[in-house]
Amino acid sequence: MFIGILHSSFSAMSMRTFLPALLVFFSVISLTAQNQNDGVIGGNFQVDVQSYAPDSLIGAQNVPEKLRSNAFLNLNYTKGNFSAGIRYESYLKEILGFSPNWGGKEGNAGIGYRYARYTNDDIDVTIGNFYEQFGNGMILRTYEERGLGLDNALDGVRTKLTMIKGLQITGVFGKQRSFFTVGPGIVRGIDGELLLEDFLKNFGDNVSILPEGWRLRFGGGVLSKYEQDLDPTLNLPENVLAYNTRMTFQAGGFALDAEYAYKINDPKTTNVNTYNPGRALYVNGSYSAPGLGINISLKSLDNMDYRSSRRSQLTDLVLNYLPAVTKQYTYRLLTLYPYATQPNGEIGVQADLLYTFPKGSFLGGKYGTSININYARVHSIDSSRNLSDSNAIEGNLYNTKFLQFGDRVFFDDFNVEIQKKWSKDFKTNFGFMRQYYLKELIEVLPGTGAIKTDVITSEFIYSITSTQTIRLEIQHMAAEHRKIDAAGNDLDAEKDGNGKTISPKLDNNNGSWIYALAEYTIAPQWFISVFNEYNYGNEDPIRRLNYLSGNIIYVKDALRLTIGYGRVRGGILCVGGVCRPVPASNGFSLSVSSTF
Amino acid sequence: MKTLISFLFVGFLTLTMCINLFAQDNSKQVIPAASIKNIKGEKVNSATITNDGKPILLNFWATWCKPCIQELSNLSSLYDDWKEATGVKIVAVSVDDVRNSAKVAPFVNGKRWEYEVYLDENGDLKRAMNVNNVPHAFLIDGNGKVVWQHNSYAPGDEEKLYEVIKQVAAGQEVTGH
Repeated sequence: MFIGILHSSFSAMSMRTFLPALLVFFSVISLTAQNQNDGVIGGNFQVDVQSYAPDSLIGAQNVPEKLRSNAFLNLNYTKGNFSAGIRYESYLKEILGFSPNWGGKEGNAGIGYRYARYTNDDIDVTIGNFYEQFGNGMILRTYEERGLGLDNALDGVRTKLTMIKGLQITGVFGKQRSFFTVGPGIVRGIDGELLLEDFLKNFGDNVSILPEGWRLRFGGGVLSKYEQDLDPTLNLPENVLAYNTRMTFQAGGFALDAEYAYKINDPKTTNVNTYNPGRALYVNGSYSAPGLGINISLKSLDNMDYRSSRRSQLTDLVLNYLPAVTKQYTYRLLTLYPYATQPNGEIGVQADLLYTFPKGSFLGGKYGTSININYARVHSIDSSRNLSDSNAIEGNLYNTKFLQFGDRVFFDDFNVEIQKKWSKDFKTNFGFMRQYYLKELIEVLPGTGAIKTDVITSEFIYSITSTQTIRLEIQHMAAEHRKIDAAGNDLDAEKDGNGKTISPKLDNNNGSWIYALAEYTIAPQWFISVFNEYNYGNEDPIRRLNYLSGNIIYVKDALRLTIGYGRVRGGILCVGGVCRPVPASNGFSLSVSSTF
Repeated sequence: MKTLISFLFVGFLTLTMCINLFAQDNSKQVIPAASIKNIKGEKVNSATITNDGKPILLNFWATWCKPCIQELSNLSSLYDDWKEATGVKIVAVSVDDVRNSAKVAPFVNGKRWEYEVYLDENGDLKRAMNVNNVPHAFLIDGNGKVVWQHNSYAPGDEEKLYEVIKQVAAGQEVTGH
């Protein structure tokens, strides 16, 4: 009966009837699902609304709609081994910072994700949309980052076989999501992972070859993308194959993880039609004991941009995931110049140390002290290809010494943070960062040179009562702009007679900054915060701007309501007890989210 | 497009109806089945997380999330007392992706946290439990049912949380949230 009623309303569906229909649908399900034996309905939603005031000074683009909104609602139904779900998404039009392809010219809304899944101890089958990762993701990772507008889900079928103890095999067939449509390529893949000690248990409970507590894991995956060759001049591979092999070893607090990936030649827009193969190596070692954590990693990449379509660019239709081997910062000024991986060629290292002094020791005090030190450095790889100009390539082939550091430094970053709790009610965090950022390469803006920064961060948290807390943050960034010559050498900035920098090219946000935040919270429901960023060192006196904004946040269980107003620089914003990325804007913002 | 949407909706509805009619009941298992990793990086099924009929606090967090770290650090000093009084187990699910997931084990150890920690590198469990942002905590009772949840963290939240845990451990209805 329900189906009949709903069908008649759906057949004449318009945007106006869609949401009521969704509510009817949901209430029908909850009526039938009141008893737990009937399964569980769950979901979440988020609605973001942003108003835009013209603000040419901060480079906020003109928004004729004046008001924009992103929203989504997930609905998941689970009963025993079955589950199914959908996500409705709307971009009316997309909030600035998201790809304009989301909303198109007139805004867009629809079902971006739907699936049905059956799983038991032996098998897990999904049809429809799914997110999958092989190993460390160097040949395949489909994922979503709703706050950034990233979603490259596959649409097709995925099967996982787990019937043999210690062995998991995953097979996928699908087409990849590109906004509200799918890309032209067909993606096929298989991946296996073997846990040695668990696998040996298939042959008897006592079968073991490693000493007690040692673990060894092997894995490997193959992925292939098919896309027709319609190029009139070039002979392009229609099936592009990539594979990875990986291994992890663990003993006590020690762990070593290594993965190598290879991709056959794949000429396309983003690698300027080179016929070179792609290669990637990732090695990570860590050691930890109570109070101590050490992590060291190395990553080298050569021509590893892998997509399900040759013509796609930016974040569209990317198949693999190559995150930066650098620290992910959240303090506001530390996020001003984040490193971005160069899939066409880079080699980077990172070392991270965390130590917590025991309570009661001299440095630990009564409540404990933690120190975190991180160092990361990324270079070009030694290659005949001119990587300083990512568009230039001589001929369709080049030579590379894959594991050799090239001459150019893309990024260098040192950071130390000390966290101390002084009493039951008072806590501080202090930090220092020194960074070198090759802007012209990382942001693909020739002539903008490099930026050297020193940042000091401080945070004070004081509890007035058991539920009322005041948090203060003060940060300062001293920035120096450097000119880079054709060979990549670091030169002093060139200045004219008035002392103004003529080279490198400067943008709106150049120079030094100071930042301050005050937040007052009443647990568990209220957050009130005000913060200001002041670009006091900008070369252009007109652009020495204050970015002042405020937020009031109300939380009840999983429901969260945020109202904000002000001028906001784009970046990762951590206020009101959560962190999320936000675009540059000037105006009101409203956000509602909940899980049910 | 409209016909496609209506087709999908009717299809979804029909499917859920069929599932209602034919599926086997498994009401004790409420942490949904998702492929996550234990602290060693070995794949495990999240549906196997249990605490012998006692409450579980399932806390989603990330190494880059300051409020999450603040929350887990504050809970860490209370955890022994809470465990003794209520039997509660804290399960900390990191949503760090591969950029940071290798740092999770050294991080947890370096902070001297004693939680059961899992890695949800690709957001499978996060999605299955409908989490928007971290931190997000779920309190699960002895029957595997989510009885309370909370998004975000403000210092002092643990006061309310402990009240709720005590109610759940005593088998009472959760009140006043």
